[in-house]
Amino acid sequence: MSGEELGLWGVPLAILAGAIRVSTPFLFVALGECLTERSGRINLGLEGTLIFGAMTAYAVAYETGSPWLGVGAAAFAGAGFGLVHGAICGLRGVNDIAIGIALMLLGMGLAFFFGKAYVQPVAPQLPAVPLGFWSDIPQVRAALEVNALFILGAILAVVMAWMFRATRAGLIVRVVGDGAEPARALGVDPLRVRTLATMAGGALSGVGGAHLSLYYPGSWNEGISSGQGLMAVALVIFARWSPVNCFWAALLFGGAGALGPALQSVGVTEGRHLFGAAPYLLTLGLLIAASSPARSLAGAPAALGFNR
Amino acid sequence: MTLAAATQLGAPGLETVGLTMRFGAFTALEDVSLRVAPGTVHALLGENGAGKSTLVKCVMGVQRPSAGQIMVGGREVEIGSPRDAHALGLGMVYQHFTLVPSLNAAENLVIARADAPSVIDWGKEREALEAFMDRMPFRAPLETPVGRLAAGERQRLEILKQLYLGRRFLILDEPTSVLTQAEADEALGYIRALAAEGRITVLMITHKFREVDAFCDEVTVLRRGRHAGGGRAADLSHEAMAEMMIGAPPARPPARTGRTPGAAALSVEGVRARDRSGLKSIDISALEVRAGEIVGIAGISGNGQMELVEALAGQRPKEAGRVAVMGAPFGATRGEASAHGVRWLPEEPLRNACAPGMSVAENVAFRAFDEGGRFWLSPSRLRRAAEPLVKAFNVKCASIDAPISTLSGGNVQRAALARELTGDVRLLICANPCFGLDFGAAGEIRARIAAARDAGAAVLLISEDLDEILDLADRVLVMSEGRIAYEAAAAAADRAEIGRRMAGKH
Repeated sequence: MSGEELGLWGVPLAILAGAIRVSTPFLFVALGECLTERSGRINLGLEGTLIFGAMTAYAVAYETGSPWLGVGAAAFAGAGFGLVHGAICGLRGVNDIAIGIALMLLGMGLAFFFGKAYVQPVAPQLPAVPLGFWSDIPQVRAALEVNALFILGAILAVVMAWMFRATRAGLIVRVVGDGAEPARALGVDPLRVRTLATMAGGALSGVGGAHLSLYYPGSWNEGISSGQGLMAVALVIFARWSPVNCFWAALLFGGAGALGPALQSVGVTEGRHLFGAAPYLLTLGLLIAASSPARSLAGAPAALGFNR
Repeated sequence: MTLAAATQLGAPGLETVGLTMRFGAFTALEDVSLRVAPGTVHALLGENGAGKSTLVKCVMGVQRPSAGQIMVGGREVEIGSPRDAHALGLGMVYQHFTLVPSLNAAENLVIARADAPSVIDWGKEREALEAFMDRMPFRAPLETPVGRLAAGERQRLEILKQLYLGRRFLILDEPTSVLTQAEADEALGYIRALAAEGRITVLMITHKFREVDAFCDEVTVLRRGRHAGGGRAADLSHEAMAEMMIGAPPARPPARTGRTPGAAALSVEGVRARDRSGLKSIDISALEVRAGEIVGIAGISGNGQMELVEALAGQRPKEAGRVAVMGAPFGATRGEASAHGVRWLPEEPLRNACAPGMSVAENVAFRAFDEGGRFWLSPSRLRRAAEPLVKAFNVKCASIDAPISTLSGGNVQRAALARELTGDVRLLICANPCFGLDFGAAGEIRARIAAARDAGAAVLLISEDLDEILDLADRVLVMSEGRIAYEAAAAAADRAEIGRRMAGKH
């Protein structure tokens, strides 16, 4: 079968390929937010962390010539934002949601300020793993050209699920997420755990940003993120705070994001902007479907702001 | 009398000598000496504020006593922190559970260990836990999240946790306050048996004389921070203990009037609603409360009582059924409630019936502040209306302009009652009105509810305290798994049968 004969089969294939590409930042931010929320805090600043991570990764990759150093720098910067969020929320009477929004704006502002010089230069890109080597069809090969960060994220989702179940650290994060009181009864300092969880969550978001600037779309500009960092928060709720579900949910959101381009590729241009809005509509729809006035969200960490 | 230091199985005795705790000018505990013999169950009685929790905090190392000694196992010890107390084998079971609700029992037990491994080998831990449970006289399910366990199971697990952690001297803080009588008897029976075997020594804070009689060896009573009396439980009558606690003979519970009740004030037909988890539902086929009677609904918490209250109050959507008040359909609007004289006293009134940051006067005015459709409110008028009520209901507050959240639990309850029982009251719905209150305050609140009934109001009393229901109610109902499982006139109600129905047995 030659490529031209693929016909309409090209659409699901393009959606799958797009889903893998588009979902990676969702996946990392969602895993980061999942970890943070399991410890009982909401960090809405991850959108800012994501953009700042994208800028940092691009700048460091350009200056050093190594994309992986860029990823590391983005993680480090993200952890820094997490530390600021965690430390400020440790003060009395501070609301984590408000601080998150402030940090989101700060992160975006700083990224645009420092990133001005890197809009033109071209940085080295992250490698991809050719998982489509078994196929003769060029479209399949192209679709299964999977970036290394996606694979890393998938592994991380499983590791995080295992961590929550079978490690002391994971259980302690869950204890803290259930409330400060039970944690103190165990001799755990909830503030420290939450700050560390927020830092780790920030680091993961930074890595998500690195994917944006170093793989797809693969350049740095001010419009690089279209709210992935915010949608990831909705995604975590939809995934019921389970890392493995976060993976599937990220794929679903990525697929919705890839719907428009995939249809375009087979010549459907009608309602292009409508398909572009698919991820946002999906967010809205899922949040409505997942909530109910009569019962509380199953699986929600009890110490989270909206359960208090 | 000389005491053995510990039982053969290692349960230590405990003694305090002249324990004193001062906070500035206030003395919370003054020269209290108490002796708990190894392998016994010792009751610690006293009103709220009598110094029980201060004593316990000193023993557990949460607070440092100003003066006096603590001896564990016959030796004087220095307890500077809870960690020190744990190292001595002292453990505490709090009134409010300290298990983590979203973790299952196995996770709770393992993570509570000081030496919890950083990577948990669940296969090995499960085996060890099963072996531990086999050695115990009772067990708890290991795999269910603790939040989904019944209160009795959780309490059992709290005790198991202490034993699992190697604690041999247990302090129980009102361990049965959230249990039904059957659950309480079961849990205390186990505790008593463990003590009799010499595995543990127990100091138990309680309000319930019945439990002292049935399960305790010795009693110490505190009043206003001082040792007010004590002795062998078998030698002390209820009256004597109550007198030691409150310093005066106790008030008698209000007698029933014996009048026949009037017309139906509240009738519920075929009401169905989802519960909080959305997984179960309540289904009340018929319920009627008539003027001049108290209908008590007993039940273990989490069997749909709160959902019923919420469905009646319009806080929870009904899937089916009809609620009528004074014969008219009732949609729980403010207008309908005031037209029919419907009043509410939900549980935890600070959270459910008050605006915590607003003043006492404003909170007391919530029913009446807009009477006559006025647009401008006059703070002085609110204050003038609140003052006599606050006085009449004996609400103790620094000022009626103070935020209601600064009041103690009993005073918040009194303030809420002052609001709800003022004016034309024809139907009162109250849930756990005395939860967490001490003896004196509880007696007073119950007397006011009975007085409302005597004045002709219909009262629906939902309570987890069976004694309260048997004391007050004219008719007793039991709710189990969202349904009414039993109904009897109070005079004919059978405690054992009620207990069985509460536990879901037929």
